[in-house]
Amino acid sequence: MAASLFVVIAILSTLSLVTFKGWWPYLWREWLTSVDHKRIGVMYVLLALVLLLRGFIDAIMMRSQLAMAAGGAAGYLAPEHYDQIFSAHGTIMIFFMAMPFMVGLMNFVVPLQLGVRDVAFPVLNAVSFWLTASGALLVNISLLVGEFARTGWLAYPPLSELQFSPGVGVDYYLWALEIAGVGTLLAGINLVTTILKVRAPGMLYMRMPVFCWTALASNLLIVAAFPILTATLGMLLLDRYVGMHFFTNDGGGNAMLYFNLIWAWGLPEVYILILPAFGVFTEVISTFSAKPIFGYRSMVLATMAIFILSFMVWLHHFFTMGAGANVNAFFGLTTMIIAVPTGVKIFNWLFTLFQGRIRFEVPLMWALGFMVTFVIGGMSGVLLAVPPADFVLHNSLFLVAHFHNVIIGGVLFGAMAGYNFWFPKAFGFTLDRRLGLVSFWCWLIGFYLAFIPLYILGLLGMTRRMQHYADTSWQPYLIVAEVGAIVILCGIIATILQLVVSIRSRAGRRDLTGDPWNGRTLEWSTTSPPPAYNFAALPRVESLDAFWDMKRQGRLAPLDSYESIEMPANSANGFITAFFAVIMGFALIWHIWWMAILGFVCAVLTLFAFGWSVRTEETISGEQLELVERARQRTAEPT
Amino acid sequence: MTVEAAATEFTDGSAQMTAADGAGPAPVRIVVAYGFWIFLLSDIIMFSALFATYAVLSGRTAGGPGPHDLFELRNVAIETLCLLFSSYTCGLGLLAVEQRRLKYFYVAFGVTFALGLSFLGLELAEFSRMIAAGAGPSRSAFLSAFFSLVGLHGVHITVGLTWIVFITAQVAVRGPLDFVLRRLRCFSLFWHALDIIWVALLSLVYLMGAR
Amino acid sequence: MHDSAKSRPVDRAPGADEDAPSGSILSYSVGFAFALLLTGASFLVSQTDVLWEPGVPVGLAVLAIAQMGVHLVFFFHLSSGPDNTNNVLALAFGVLIVTLVVSGSLWIMWHLNVNMMPASVIMEMQR
Repeated sequence: MAASLFVVIAILSTLSLVTFKGWWPYLWREWLTSVDHKRIGVMYVLLALVLLLRGFIDAIMMRSQLAMAAGGAAGYLAPEHYDQIFSAHGTIMIFFMAMPFMVGLMNFVVPLQLGVRDVAFPVLNAVSFWLTASGALLVNISLLVGEFARTGWLAYPPLSELQFSPGVGVDYYLWALEIAGVGTLLAGINLVTTILKVRAPGMLYMRMPVFCWTALASNLLIVAAFPILTATLGMLLLDRYVGMHFFTNDGGGNAMLYFNLIWAWGLPEVYILILPAFGVFTEVISTFSAKPIFGYRSMVLATMAIFILSFMVWLHHFFTMGAGANVNAFFGLTTMIIAVPTGVKIFNWLFTLFQGRIRFEVPLMWALGFMVTFVIGGMSGVLLAVPPADFVLHNSLFLVAHFHNVIIGGVLFGAMAGYNFWFPKAFGFTLDRRLGLVSFWCWLIGFYLAFIPLYILGLLGMTRRMQHYADTSWQPYLIVAEVGAIVILCGIIATILQLVVSIRSRAGRRDLTGDPWNGRTLEWSTTSPPPAYNFAALPRVESLDAFWDMKRQGRLAPLDSYESIEMPANSANGFITAFFAVIMGFALIWHIWWMAILGFVCAVLTLFAFGWSVRTEETISGEQLELVERARQRTAEPT
Repeated sequence: MTVEAAATEFTDGSAQMTAADGAGPAPVRIVVAYGFWIFLLSDIIMFSALFATYAVLSGRTAGGPGPHDLFELRNVAIETLCLLFSSYTCGLGLLAVEQRRLKYFYVAFGVTFALGLSFLGLELAEFSRMIAAGAGPSRSAFLSAFFSLVGLHGVHITVGLTWIVFITAQVAVRGPLDFVLRRLRCFSLFWHALDIIWVALLSLVYLMGAR
Repeated sequence: MHDSAKSRPVDRAPGADEDAPSGSILSYSVGFAFALLLTGASFLVSQTDVLWEPGVPVGLAVLAIAQMGVHLVFFFHLSSGPDNTNNVLALAFGVLIVTLVVSGSLWIMWHLNVNMMPASVIMEMQR
């Protein structure tokens, strides 16, 4: 109740502020209808940061409940409410925080690193973002109208079937993810095509930055895995809406099939999240050691090995479901093997740091914190990969600690590192360093306080998703965990403060050269922020670490003349399609059939309108480019 | 500049080299066709999840009718011929429009549409017959899997038919512009892919089930 | 004209291309004929006893894969040339994922079904 009120007030006040200040025309023109990968990337990250707040509130509510509900105490959250909170927490953090953050970073950085003007399909890029935002909106509407699913972030049947979840909660979950899933799949196709077919002259595969290789692997995984999610959630929807029997208890349905299929998506999903983070760390470590990445080839091979193996391990999520020793042994072995290429990467990072001229900037701090934290989380994963051990620890807090260890230590730390690293490029001024360090240390300390107790509790026998517990000896651990969550909250507040303070003092921290970190890759060769067209002339790439090479060879002067450029015009297609998707989704959830058909038909008509139109492009003349480049040379400090 | 123009920036003037060779961004038509190819692969993976489901659930008839009782192979054979023929005429139509022989294009795509529509009609008739006989998708897990797998293919055919109408209208009104031709090539890839999926459906669902 | 233009491979995407229109009517027709033959063979294999009965599923699978290959070569113009590397790699990737998902699911589900069969059903089977 209070939450929905809070959300309504937050949304209404934001909208009022925008209207009052007359920002709508600017927002519409520059952001809502933009097809520029940089703008779309920023919007993805903004979405992720907002949903991080929502997901974190869920987390701290759970920690508080568990810190209280020992022995006979009931805590302050009713079980039905608690179930919705842990389901929403997982769903939001994975689908609407981690995914958009990584997709946003990849969107912003990959075309710049490849030395090109935009992704392969800019308008499709906008559609992808807005469909993801639609899914996020639908999940949050469940706060106001109706309820959310109580079935966990994967909605296992038979609990999620109509018989046991007759309310709208599971439907909110399913439609939000189906809609957002389409957006993500299209983004995957877009980035795969971009990396394979749209690169600057001379940018051979083995001259691509490691971030682009990890982006390629991650997006190939998206293309391969998300169709499985769409199909599986679609089957659950058919069970619920049309009375089919895929996963029901009666009619020959097989609930175990859902587990199999959903995890065939679910495991690649976590590698979709971690691979770009590995890429961020590679760029950050190499830049702040002033050394090329150690073992570039083995990094590429390790990335592709992880990518292939991630489709061979999924059963380790249900060792205990009874597939038997042979099957469990096979998947246990593959799970242990997949840790090896990650180990290769860790050593490559360490050897890059070794004898480097290290600068302890904020992004590197996140990278160092990652290396320690992720290795611990990875080791607990290898422990769980042993089926007999997993039989004891499956679905205990040990498991919860493990995956938070790798997701926070890996994905979130990578997201924060990328955010701090590329913020100056995106906005033209650096972030406050001190507050960045405060945020890092709070997150690092807070993480260990919050989750090491959970490892111990898991070994003591506490299971996940418990709303209250009888064994009062568990309470001290849970209180420590609560403290950890509060320390993380301080970290989040520090990040918000960092942003506010940096914006306020931005005049004094402008990035005039476009290269605030003495970077190695092509994105640092542009201004901060880059012009809409990124590069006046596509750079000619002659080696790995192309920009470092250009700086060494002094190949930075503007050309004598420039050819004119055509950039795609803005398009409202994405925003409007997403609008109708929300209407259709909401209508389907509440069984308002006429509205659902209307929403669907309008979305299709929007597609037709877009398809019928001849896309306009805007020309930027060679003379204009020449003027900009020469002016830029004058303002930049001599390197 | 357009992706196409950027490809000619390379000094020796050869415009169509692979991006893998370091020649710069590939021409737009290559980028579009390749992107669509990746989409088709993702679509095939979605079908494979449903195929796996069908394979797992095909025996779970809940005491109801099984494949042997329900599949009429004569119908299936005609559907197969319709689809295969339509793939052929689609290919011919694409050749015609690339050679700017628009009359042949309209005829070929008209036939493609008619054959696709016949396929869909036969399939819908088959579905109604089964539902009327009490073998609808909610009867058993086997039937749920069958209807959704074959039904998803039918939905794709419907999308394809809508696409034919739309793009033929575009050719008629706008002429065979570059971007229209690019989309026609994407459509033909889509239509051929649907035929490939039908081959799998025919073999693994109908022919195996009817034995 | 630079020699390099002749020695460098032209990039091709799957499907028809303006560069090779002629000869493609032949390609489509040959493909169509092969596909017809393979379809007929599939029906023959499944409905008559030309093939040893336990071998019928394998026969059908082989014929289906052959027909998919015919489509890919004659309709998609997929080849093994250097200009098609990306396309073939993408296809190989798709085939790999499909194989892993389908065979993995079948292997896992078969074991689960056998091991987790309800006691009542086992008793039924033993009666």
